[in-house]
Amino acid sequence: MGLAGVRAVSALAPVIDVQGVTKRFDDRTVVDRVDLRVERGEIYGFLGPNGSGKTTFIRMLCGLLTPDAGSGTCLGFDLLREQREIRLHVGYMTQRFSLYDDLTVRENLDFVGRLYDVPRRNEMVDEELVELGLTTRQHQLAGTLSGGWKQRLALSACLLHRPRLLLLDEPTAGVDPQARRDFWEKIHDLATKGLTVLISTHYMDEAERCHRLAYLAYGHLLTHGTADDIIRESRLCTWQVDGPGVAQIAGDLRRLPAVTQVAAFGTGLHVSGTDAAALERDTAPFHRAPWRWSRTDSGLEDVFIHLMQSVPDNATREKKKET
Amino acid sequence: MSLHRFTWHRFAAVVRKEFIQMRRDRMTFGMMVGIPFLQLILFGFAINTDPHTLPTVVVANDTSPMARSLVGAMRASEYFDLTRPGPQTDAEARQALKRGRVQFILTIPEHFGRDLVQGIRPALLLEADASDPMAIGNAVSALRGIMDQAWERDLQGPLDYLRRPPPPADLRVHRVFNPEGETVFNVVPGLIGVILTMTLILITALAITREKERGTMEHLLASPVRPLEVMTGKIVPYIVVGYIQIVIVLLAARFIFQVPMVGSIPLLLILAPLFMACNLAVGITFSTIARNQLQAVQMSFFFFLPSILLSGFMFPYRGMPEWAQAVGALLPLTHFLPIVRGILLKGNGLPEVLPHVWALLVFLAVILSIGLKRYRQTLD
Repeated sequence: MGLAGVRAVSALAPVIDVQGVTKRFDDRTVVDRVDLRVERGEIYGFLGPNGSGKTTFIRMLCGLLTPDAGSGTCLGFDLLREQREIRLHVGYMTQRFSLYDDLTVRENLDFVGRLYDVPRRNEMVDEELVELGLTTRQHQLAGTLSGGWKQRLALSACLLHRPRLLLLDEPTAGVDPQARRDFWEKIHDLATKGLTVLISTHYMDEAERCHRLAYLAYGHLLTHGTADDIIRESRLCTWQVDGPGVAQIAGDLRRLPAVTQVAAFGTGLHVSGTDAAALERDTAPFHRAPWRWSRTDSGLEDVFIHLMQSVPDNATREKKKET
Repeated sequence: MSLHRFTWHRFAAVVRKEFIQMRRDRMTFGMMVGIPFLQLILFGFAINTDPHTLPTVVVANDTSPMARSLVGAMRASEYFDLTRPGPQTDAEARQALKRGRVQFILTIPEHFGRDLVQGIRPALLLEADASDPMAIGNAVSALRGIMDQAWERDLQGPLDYLRRPPPPADLRVHRVFNPEGETVFNVVPGLIGVILTMTLILITALAITREKERGTMEHLLASPVRPLEVMTGKIVPYIVVGYIQIVIVLLAARFIFQVPMVGSIPLLLILAPLFMACNLAVGITFSTIARNQLQAVQMSFFFFLPSILLSGFMFPYRGMPEWAQAVGALLPLTHFLPIVRGILLKGNGLPEVLPHVWALLVFLAVILSIGLKRYRQTLD
């Protein structure tokens, strides 16, 4: 195997280019006609609530699942027919730590290196250990590592065979802020060297570190683009409300027709709506002491919560069908 | 709320939760109902420690009415099955006994009828395959009873005195392959098969299930490794373990239990991996079906139970009704036992055990293909 499967792909061709990708489990459509294009060297953020189909979509990209419908290419290979070739050039990091607890750090990397038939395996493992600062821990059992180190090891294992695309499924869940920061530095570093990264996350600060974003909810791709594009397109207008007892008026504000959402932000509230004029008019009775109102930029989180509320989830949809 | 004492509502909460979880885990629930059911059927209907219709060949060198009466009485007793088309010559009969096709050879000597009538107590030779002493015990004692009654009608009038003990003919039982009728000689070689079945299925049943539970399976599936590479890769290390087990049992058999070893040990060691592979393939197939390690253990047990009861390890295979023998024939242990016992006790070579080798090969091919098919569907 090795590099035999490399296909000459123009540097301009997108790394991921899929259309209408659909996956059904029994009668449930988990991913529904998703189109996605990711360019080379891009860090593409994949966001969405739990159960929105992010993991399923990523599994289809790396050939673990076969789409029920749709077409396209991943690294220039056909998504449906060339899954084996795709696997060779993709590094996939699962949500859960998926290496062997009862092998040492080095044994784990060595095993992965053998599976992928990595040339000059020992040197590569050494390099990877140095790169990720795991050299001193190479003979420790992987199961005894802390969360942050496990994540580093898992990333190392994904990079060992020098993939051209990294698929990271919530890689930083349960990892401390310092480790997360280091992790993102590494990801940016890799991207500047030409590696393409698709990463799913729930953290807004991480979303802002991505070049472009896509938001998936209940199998549908609701929006995509840069963070600024997404905020602008949502035309969401947000007020910051501070003052004593703001929590008590949250319920009243929520009932106003122009208000689409009210969210607690620290000691204050974010009150958002899509129609700026109507929002100001409706909330006017509350623009008084002791509360202080000020216009603020809508954040990604405001936009995403707004998007999520605009689509009914699967469970309610199915209930509607029944009645 | 009492913080220090046993309270019923907290106790009830745990009981309730256990019942809910039990109901969700259908496999465990099924096993709890299925295992007693299986045991009832196996012990109630299949197992019979008093085997009847044991295949027997009569080499009759005498066609007198006395000889015919004896054969008729044997047939009526139902302990002996004389209907199978038997070997014609002495050599063929010996060969059938070695292969385990027949359990007994009864040789009726020349002039048997004449000698009997003259009161000189002719000798009947019963050669019994005693590699499983339990299978023949009852039939042999039954034959003595049969001989007491077989000639009642023939020995009337002047011959009446012959009906008093001792019986008019002398039964000489020749227990071949295990002259002393030592049960341990039958059990210890059989143990090789049982130990391999028990440990190898369980270990491999846990092997893939553990990868699934720990999440390492997804990583394996996303790598270029092929299903066959994973399955065979997981089988081979345990074949090595299986060899260690065989050697331990063989050494114990030889030096602790003094089991005679007539046949070729190398032949046994060459054929053993086939049987090990069968069990490992069963284990791996189970592990692709089981959702967690507990289920994998339960499925192994579900397989192990009939293996030990229906294979002829614990109870005579021929003692079971035909349906139970048919089920038993589907299990690899049923075919390995004649191989290991045949080689060790009877000195069988490859030609004698070949039919069982084929059976194991077919079993392995079927189970491996099921396992591979199941493995592929792991995620999709």
